[in-house]
Amino acid sequence: MQFTSFLENGHLTVALTGEIDHHCAKNYIQSIAGKIEAYTPDVCILDFQDVTFVDSSGIAVVINALRSMSQIEGKLVLTGICAQPMRVFRASGIDKLVEIKEAVR
Amino acid sequence: MKFNNFMILEFPSKSSNEAFARSAVACFAAQMDPTLEELGDIRTAVSEAVTNCIVHAYPNELGIITVRCRILKDNILDIVVKDKGVGIADIEQAKRPMFTTGGSDRSGMGFTIMESFMTSFELSSEPGKGTTVHMRRRLQRRK
Repeated sequence: MQFTSFLENGHLTVALTGEIDHHCAKNYIQSIAGKIEAYTPDVCILDFQDVTFVDSSGIAVVINALRSMSQIEGKLVLTGICAQPMRVFRASGIDKLVEIKEAVR
Repeated sequence: MKFNNFMILEFPSKSSNEAFARSAVACFAAQMDPTLEELGDIRTAVSEAVTNCIVHAYPNELGIITVRCRILKDNILDIVVKDKGVGIADIEQAKRPMFTTGGSDRSGMGFTIMESFMTSFELSSEPGKGTTVHMRRRLQRRK
């Protein structure tokens, strides 16, 4: 698991990388929750541009981030989602719960 | 059943084997000339099935997971993922979207994804004996 994050004008961007499956999901969930708790941003942006694969564990990552942001009355945005992760998010209906910004590619 | 090719994998239920299993099946499927989308769907479904074995079938111990793939006629990839773990008492409940007996790091969407990404999907289980997921994906023949 590897990710970078930065805070700018109350917007916390978390850039995820690689393949998100059950093996690494728990670490992602805890790390993202920790960042949100520490910075209490207005908006949290999960950047999926460098994520090449997700399974249903990726859905749990998004749902947990959504829960953390709801608790501080903030907003969650997903961005840069490639084709395979997008199919998983659509199949789960999560694309209707979270704002998804146009994929970069 | 006639088949053109097959492979069998056996590995312990370590979560580091999730990536190995889906990649191995994708490599095997590559000879069928799948599209990127088909390959993505197959990798996702295998990842779900294998993760279920690791999380649910063998919750407190390492057990053996078997993955068998066959290439059937009409360009069908046949995949069986089998464990000898605790089994599922209520299959209908297990298949329900958002239902999970796992923790908050599970989404309860595994079976929903397997069902929607594969051409056919069957789940059989006996408590105390184990669980078998049998799925098939028909691949488009490219012109």
